[in-house]
Amino acid sequence: MTATSLELRGLGKRFRGHGGAGDVVAVSDVDMDARAGEFVALIGPSGCGKSTVFNIVAGIEQPSAGEIRIDGRPVTDRLGASAYMPQRDALLSWRRVIDNVTLPLELRGISKRAALAKARPLLDRFGLSEFGRAWPWQLSGGMRQRVALLRTIIADPALILLDEPFGALDSITRADLQEWLLRAWGGVGATVLLVTHDIDEAVLLADRVYVMTPRPGQIAAVVDVGLPRPRTAELRESDAFVALARRVRHELHAAITAQGEFAEPGSLAAEVPP
Amino acid sequence: MNSLRLRTWLPPTLVLAAAVALWQLWVSVSHVDPQLLPGPWQVVWATWDDRDNIWPAIGVTTEEAILGLLAATAVAFVSAVAIDSWLPVRRGLYPLIITSQTIPMIALAPLVLIWWGFGLVPKVVLVALFSFFPIAVGLVQGLASSDPDALNLLRTMRASRLALLVRVRLPSALPQFFTGLKISVTYAYGAAIVAEFVGAEQGLGLYMYTAAHAAPVATNLVFGAIVVIALLTILLFALVAGAERLAMPWKERR
Repeated sequence: MTATSLELRGLGKRFRGHGGAGDVVAVSDVDMDARAGEFVALIGPSGCGKSTVFNIVAGIEQPSAGEIRIDGRPVTDRLGASAYMPQRDALLSWRRVIDNVTLPLELRGISKRAALAKARPLLDRFGLSEFGRAWPWQLSGGMRQRVALLRTIIADPALILLDEPFGALDSITRADLQEWLLRAWGGVGATVLLVTHDIDEAVLLADRVYVMTPRPGQIAAVVDVGLPRPRTAELRESDAFVALARRVRHELHAAITAQGEFAEPGSLAAEVPP
Repeated sequence: MNSLRLRTWLPPTLVLAAAVALWQLWVSVSHVDPQLLPGPWQVVWATWDDRDNIWPAIGVTTEEAILGLLAATAVAFVSAVAIDSWLPVRRGLYPLIITSQTIPMIALAPLVLIWWGFGLVPKVVLVALFSFFPIAVGLVQGLASSDPDALNLLRTMRASRLALLVRVRLPSALPQFFTGLKISVTYAYGAAIVAEFVGAEQGLGLYMYTAAHAAPVATNLVFGAIVVIALLTILLFALVAGAERLAMPWKERR
């Protein structure tokens, strides 16, 4: 499995205002790095432009300023350069689980037979072997996310983008899936950019955490996690983990209060206790 | 499951039976002129006795209704995909399609007859005119209801516009397409009959016209034709509902 490096340099995005409203600067001057095979998290309050960064890297949107380098080269047509997992699972309700999973292979013109041969063992590894013929509506929220993750990795992507993959789940299912992801991730070996608003999730999964300010989103701090791998969920109780989570929380809090007048009241209460 | 089905079917069946019984009772008690209002029993028997005449008429009108629906679906499909795919078409055409509904379609029947004569074509055209709008609007709204996340997801997989249409937009549009088609089905026989009233050589519309202008007037056969048309519409509706289930096996069944 190959992995690519990702560099964002001076990334900015300005949206044209509608109906007389001024332009909205969603993100400005974002610098980020992910070396090949690294797991990098981007964390910030709701509405800080995390998803904008994410969509720009995926190639769905183009930046107003700055550039994206993949393996050191600036790439403007990035569609297909990464595998993308949106916030909501975006499973196609008219396809069975197996057909949702093989969709990326199908779009590359890979034969159905070869696609199935590739998908079957992965279904087992993702704990979905009995649900290949199920329709998406028959699955629980956590299983749907696993299907979406499997769809994300099936075409051996070198760069994976996860946009709050567990954001819509209840906290028990979320913790379960994070732990499962830690185990399942071992063999994937791609470069990963995770967008999240969950501090524990960022520290548990990532090698490095970028903390974003409220809109316009800028990088306020970078926290190197440096916890050894393989990691397990018990890590959450270790002093090192708690200290790192506290540091991310403080950086986040500092970023928000520094721009207090931009912060939306109430939107941060759940994430940053005073 | 069974009790639910019973709860769905039983109340309207009881109301209908009661209405028919009241009708029969009124006719028997009041001795109203059967040429004005025949009783339900007379209607059924008179129609049955005339089955050799009504049967071919059913075939002709059904052919007109189904061909008209198919033509409307084909034109609606092409228009809806064009409206959904190209902004200029959406801006230029969609408002006109909606405004076109201010034209009374019935009033077009004589015009359609002038242009295409007395045969099959004018009936198919009129049925298509009546049924086009619900199908087209259903398709346009269905296509527009596609999940933007799913579209973006497929774009990141470098899916072509055609692939987006086939794999996301059209499946998303199916439920609303069938809603529109089911509305159109209820118009189809009516439209075919109106076209036949204006000028036809065969069909249920002509059958009713002939019965109404006979001497003595065959009111029971007019009623009989109305009942037959209602039954045919129910049958066609049920067929479309069945096709809907087959076309969308992923839908949750209750």
